[in-house]
Formats: sequence, structure tokens, C-alpha cells
Amino acid sequence: MSKDNQVLEELTSKEYEHGWTTNFETDSAPKGLNEDIIRFISAKKSEPEWLLEWRLSAFRQWTKMKEPTWPNVTYPPINYQDIIYYSAPKQKATPKNLEDVDPELIKTFEKLGISLTEQKRLTGVAVDAVIDSVSVATTFKETLGELGIIFCSFSEAVLKHPDLVKKYMGSVVPVNDNYFAALNSAVFTDGSFCYIPKGVRCPMELSTYFRINAANTGQFERTLIVADEGSYVSYLEGCTAPMRDENQLHAAVVEIYAMKDAQVKYSTVQNWYPGDKEGKGGIYNFVTKRGLCFGDGSKISWTQVETGSAITWKYPSCILKGDNSMGEFYSVAVTNNYQQADTGTKMIHIGKNTKSRIVSKGISAGHSQNSYRGQVHIMKRAEGARNFSQCDSLLMGDKCGAHTFPYIDVENNSAKIEHEATTSKIGEDQIFYCLQRGIDEESAVALIVNGYAKEVLNQLPMEFAVEAQKLLALTLEGSVG
Amino acid sequence: MMSVAVSEKNITTEIASGIEKSLNAASSDHALRKEALESFRNLGLPPNKAEEYKFTPITRSLEKNFNFATQNPVSKNTDVSAYAIPGVEADVLVFINGVYSKEASSIKSTGAVTVLPLQEALNTKKEIVLKHLGKHADTKADAFIAWNTAAFKDGVFIHVPDNTVAEKPVILYHIHDAAQGQVVSINRNLIVVGKSSELTVLEKFDSTGSANFSNTVTEAVVAENAGFNLYSIQNDNGPRYQFGLTQIYQTNFSRVNTYTFTLSGKLVRNNLQFVLDGEGIESHMYGLYLLANDTLADNHTVVDHRKPNSFSNEMYKGIMDGSSKGVFNGKIYVRPNAQKTNAFQANRNILLTDKATVNTKPQLEIWADDVKCSHGCTTGQLDEEALFYLQARGISKETAQAMMLYAFAGEVLDNVKHPVIKEYLDNVISERLHKNF
Repeated sequence: MSKDNQVLEELTSKEYEHGWTTNFETDSAPKGLNEDIIRFISAKKSEPEWLLEWRLSAFRQWTKMKEPTWPNVTYPPINYQDIIYYSAPKQKATPKNLEDVDPELIKTFEKLGISLTEQKRLTGVAVDAVIDSVSVATTFKETLGELGIIFCSFSEAVLKHPDLVKKYMGSVVPVNDNYFAALNSAVFTDGSFCYIPKGVRCPMELSTYFRINAANTGQFERTLIVADEGSYVSYLEGCTAPMRDENQLHAAVVEIYAMKDAQVKYSTVQNWYPGDKEGKGGIYNFVTKRGLCFGDGSKISWTQVETGSAITWKYPSCILKGDNSMGEFYSVAVTNNYQQADTGTKMIHIGKNTKSRIVSKGISAGHSQNSYRGQVHIMKRAEGARNFSQCDSLLMGDKCGAHTFPYIDVENNSAKIEHEATTSKIGEDQIFYCLQRGIDEESAVALIVNGYAKEVLNQLPMEFAVEAQKLLALTLEGSVG
Repeated sequence: MMSVAVSEKNITTEIASGIEKSLNAASSDHALRKEALESFRNLGLPPNKAEEYKFTPITRSLEKNFNFATQNPVSKNTDVSAYAIPGVEADVLVFINGVYSKEASSIKSTGAVTVLPLQEALNTKKEIVLKHLGKHADTKADAFIAWNTAAFKDGVFIHVPDNTVAEKPVILYHIHDAAQGQVVSINRNLIVVGKSSELTVLEKFDSTGSANFSNTVTEAVVAENAGFNLYSIQNDNGPRYQFGLTQIYQTNFSRVNTYTFTLSGKLVRNNLQFVLDGEGIESHMYGLYLLANDTLADNHTVVDHRKPNSFSNEMYKGIMDGSSKGVFNGKIYVRPNAQKTNAFQANRNILLTDKATVNTKPQLEIWADDVKCSHGCTTGQLDEEALFYLQARGISKETAQAMMLYAFAGEVLDNVKHPVIKEYLDNVISERLHKNF
């Protein structure tokens, strides 16, 4: 019980704890989006010609596309000319090592609880820290380098490993995949790149921490993970942003490419600023995440805990191309106040004996709307495909909504597909049971919600699980009664 | 892409101008039809891949197979008895190629219960018909509903007054004789069940010959404490294309059971929509689709819980053989004040061949917190182990398969209440599944 008490104490005293800003000089592009801005970004990052061309072609395709209207969310139209597409903390020179990094930046991350100084080896997590548009530091690079693992910022990868980037970028999420992916392809500023060589089991958790700091900016980062034959990597992603009254756009792309027998585990704890109690401000989180199980026997697993963002629009997907490949999706999405979430997954079964598993737990409170949208598609040649989906929704209060939109398309008769969904509220008998044993109502709810989400939280790496648990309680604070 | 968009407009315009010519300003339902035509023009037939018709290319099929400017051939000597359900005592209405056939029908109900062809009721029972007609099937929601409302030829009007139990079921035979050419029929039914009354209706669709299309809309208003059963049997020999909407409006403590059996046809689209506008309501929806060859059956159901304390339960099962396609879309809405709602939905499918496909989308939209809602859906094939178990006991593979499929279908069939209808369906389904034990 002491842990739960601690959780509660923390949650009663705080609202959004990462809502502060840091003042450091920034170097940013003017507002607006046009080919010149793209050239500006490309030049800032001293990119090769082919990448500029790639961006420009994405931009040209984007201008012809329409913003999707099918998600079950509402928001005022976004003015894409009113966003700053590049903003970076000013640094004198490219830092060679951590000592050169602006101490203000290091302090920023320390305040977020992320150690960039490698002395704290105890954490055992390699971090790529991204503020606004650029990656400011990547830790444990050398240790990983000894194993042949490449883990660096995207910009650095473009310069140092152009062959790999050129080969795999856009291979999982094509430029014209959707509106926001095209926008990202045109203006993406940084992100993380990771390559795990053949047969290597990455000894530590790799992680990217995203922080939006500057006002009026949009964050457009791109992550590319390539896992070569028989390799294994576990990847974490976390994000926060300051509290502001205006909405900020975050349109990221994550691509995972898994070769034969490779395993990639991607975990996200998404805690962007969700807006205030009246639904003012907050981040629009419009993200395209997709993994390709290219090789036989490969496995990609997505785990997400979604607590932040004013609007979430994200469907981490798996394309199961290799025979015997496997995709997993575990999600807890919590919405409170006026948050809206339309999230879920796509499992596209192409190869033989492919398996997928979907466990989605939605919790809505306040005036929020929470939707699960998912597709399980068994293609014609996917003999012996197997899918299990479960999506449960929990409603807290009578002003919120929970929706499920599962699409199940089966074109092969040897497939076995199961799908089940339930919607309910926390049982009065469960609360009563707790009250009877001297647990007050708020703790009882925290207890029940944690139990409800356990199946997903168990999938998270330990460091994240604790944080996610706290976050869950925090997000639901005050939603009882 | 451009040419497709243009042709959808063409077919809409073609149909609309045909309807316009048929309108009669003097008829009592003129205003309703005119407004519906307007909305048909605005909506247009659904384009390819429209979300509600994603897997059902109905507009394209109509465009390819039908000429909406021609008249239906006159059918002579249609043998109704070939399609009739034997041994059932009922009021029978027969519609041949969409037109009411007085000779073939037999309406024996006297006294309290009114059973009339709709066109006749529009003259003699104008007040009550116009009070309900077109009030529940939303012409703004779907072009096919607008089309039906603007252009319906005939159908049935059934009115059961308060505190009356209709002892005999009402059976509607919709027969298409397309041997002499294409048949297009637009039928409309209105059913009003008064307080604490009971009614059973069965609709049966049959066709022979070439391509034929029907657009049938049924509106049923079920008052307090009333009970209503609706059976729909689609078992065509001919290539029937069909759009059907059953719109049911329920008030306090009413009970409705619907049974939809799709056994054949070319492209069958069934919309079943329930509005639960009261408390203590019970609604059961049962569906069975046994598809073979290249049949496409698309069941779209909507259950709209608007008030607290109601219960809905849905079970649709399908067996797909040949290169058939099964589509299921089940929506459950629970409105903000519909607390204490219980809503269940199950969709189970068996694919028998590697050419058959199924697309299912069970959908829950819930705005109230104190509810219990769940849906489950599965797609698979016959359990190898169960087959082996039966074979190990000396049962041939074919028989074992038939047994298992029959048991699968039985879960739906068991819920049929009317004994004669149940026996008839049991026979038809057993034959279809080659039951020989």
C-alpha cells in the first residue's frame, strides 16, 4: 500500500509537472512553410543534395493532399503558415562531448529526470535528447559503438551513414503515406537513428526524449530503427512540453525495419501537455508509426501509454511480411478534461503463419473522447494467420465518451481471428470492497485503474513502468465523484 | 478516377429524372416524395469505397446491370405456391415484380387488425399512414432510402390497435420474375403496433431469371409494452441485387425480435436500424448468412440507445463458401443519458474456402458511463480436432462437417419462436448444409 499512498500524495499536489520553460537563446526559422524554408532547414543541417530533393518532392506531394477528416476528433483548422518549422537552442559549435553541451540544456534534462551525464551509469539507459528541432546530446555512444550499434541523432546519421539512411528512410512509411507523414518528410528536423548489426543483442535500453520548449514551433522528428538479422533492441520514447495557451503541432514519423529473426520492442510514454481544465492549449499529436517485419521470424512490439496531448491521432502498426513474423500492440490511453484521442493499430498479415496480438485499454474521464480504431487485415496468401484483439474501455463520469472502430478484413480461410471489446465503468461493488477495507475512494480508483491497465504496464521496461503508473494516477486526479 | 465520379452522377440523374416523371402532385404523399427526391439528388448514389459501402460496390453493380429507364416485364402465371412456406396459417400478401397481386394474396384478418396494401391505405387510412410514413427512415442519411421514399410503388400497411394480439402472422412474398428481362422494384412497408399488442411479420424474397433489383424500406413503430417479431428470408434462385432497410422505433417496455436469413442472392445489403427511445426495452437481432458462389451479403446494423435501462442483444453468424463475401458492420450508440444500458453484440464467421472473404467492423460509440457493452467477433474455420473426434467415431468427414456447420447455424435457428417458420427454416438450412444425419 505504501507505494499507492506515495502515488496519491504525488498526484494530489501536482497538475502537469513538466509545464515550465527554459530560457536559452534559440536559432529559429521565420514562421511559414514554403520551399525556401525547406531549403533553409536542409542548409542548416548541411544536408546532402539528395535529401533536399527528397524533402522538396515530399513537400510538393503534401501541397496536393488534404488533411484527413475521418478521425473521431474535432479541432479548429490548423494554419500551417503560422508555425515555426525550425527552432534550435543556440550552440557555439557542434559539441564533441557532453562537457561542451550548454549546461542550461543539461539542467533542463536533469529537471525532467533524465541524466545526460554518463556518470549516472546506474540508469543504464542510452538517451538521445531532442529539444524542439534538434538533438542536443546522445549518451553512451561509445559503449554502443564497440558492439557496432549505431545510435545517434538523425542529422548525424545523414552525414555519417548516408547509405543506411538512404536505403531505409521512407521504406516503411512512404512519403505520400498520409498528410502528416508527407508534412513530416518535407520539414523533419531531427530525431534518432539506430542500427543494430547482425546477431547483436543491444545491452541497454535505447531511448529518445523529446521536449518542445520554444513557443509557436511545431516538432517534426523522425526516428528510424533498423534491426539486422537476429538482433534485438528495446527502445523507449518519452515526451513533454511546457504549458501554453495555444496549441502546438507535433507530427512525427517512426519507422522500424526488422530483418530475419530480429526483435524490436518500442515503448512510448507520451506525456505532451494536454491543455488545461477548460481544454485550452495542448499539443496536437499527429504521429505515424509503423514497423515492417520484413524478414521471416521477426517480431515488432509496440507498447504505449498515452496520457498527454490535447488531441492524439496515432496508429502504431505492423506489416507482417516475413513468414512466422509477429506483431504486438499494447496500449493504455487515458483522456481527461477535454482531451481527445483516436488511437489504435493496424496489423497487416502478409506472410504465412503470422501472429498478432492487440491489447488496448482506454480510460476516459471528464469531458474527453477516447476512440480505439484498428484494423486487422489478413491478406490472401497469409496462410495460418492468427490474431487476438481485446479492446476495453473504462468510463469515469457521464460526460465522456468511449468509442471503438475495429475493422477486421479476412481474405484467407485458414485465419483465426478473435476480437472482443467491452465498455463499462468501475464497478460500485469493487469500490465498495475497497472502502470497506479502509481504502478511500481516490486510492481505490487508482488501485482499480492500475489493475485494469496492468496487462499493458507489464510490457513496459521497469524504468518506464513506475513512471507510467504515476502518470496514470496523475492524469485521472480529481475525476472521481 | 474522374470517369467514375461522372458516371455515379449519371446513374443518379437517370434515376431521379425517372422518379420526377412518376410524381403526381395530387397524391396525398406528394410532399414527402418531393422532398425525398430532392435529397436523393443531393446525396447521389454512394461512390465506390464510400465508408458505409466500402466492401459493397452497389452503385457500380447497378450501373453495370440495370437500365432504369425501362419498365418491368409483365409476369404471367407466376406460381406463388412454389415459394410459399407450407402449413403456415397467415395473412398473405404477394408482390410480383413489385406490384401487389390481389389474386395471389389472401387477407383474412377481420376486426381490429388492419392489413392493407399501402397504396390502398394511403387513400382509406390517410391520417394514420401519413402520421408515421417517412418519419423514421431518414431520407437525408442514405440515397437508397431517399430513392425508396420518392419512388415506392407498393407495400403493406399493418396496424394493430392497442391491447390486441394479432393471432396469425402476416407474410409478404416479394417475388421477382425476371425471366423476360430485368426487374426493378421499390417497396415500402409501414407497421404500427399499438400499446400492449403483439404482431409477427415475415418477409420472403424470391426471384428467378435475370438480374433484378429491389429497394425495400420497412418502418415499424412499436408502442409501449408491445411485442413485435420480424422475419426476413432471402433465398433467391435469380441474381437479385437488393437494398433493404428495416427501421424500428421502440418505446417503453416494448420487445422486438428480428431474424434475418440470407441464404442466396447476388448482392444483398441489409440495413437494420433500431431506435430505442424508451426505458425497459428489449431488442434482439439474430442473423444468419449462408453464402455460396459469388454472393455478397452485407449486414449493417445500428442500435441507438437513447434512454436509460434498456437491453439490446445482437447475434449474427455467417458461413462463407465458394468465392462469397460476407460483410458485417454493427454499430451501437449509447447516448449521454442512456445510463444502465446493456448492449451485447456477437459476430461469428466461418470461411470454408480460400476464395471466400469476410470484412467485419463491430463499432461501439458510448457517451454514458454506467453501462455494460461488449462485442465479440471471430473468424475462423471448422476445428480440426473436433472434426477428427467425430471421424474417429466412424462418422464420415462430410457428415462431420455438416454436423458442425449445422450446430453453428443452430445457435441462431434456436431462437426462432414460431414453430412452423422454424421447421421450414430448419429444412432449408439442413438441405443447404447437406445435413444427412
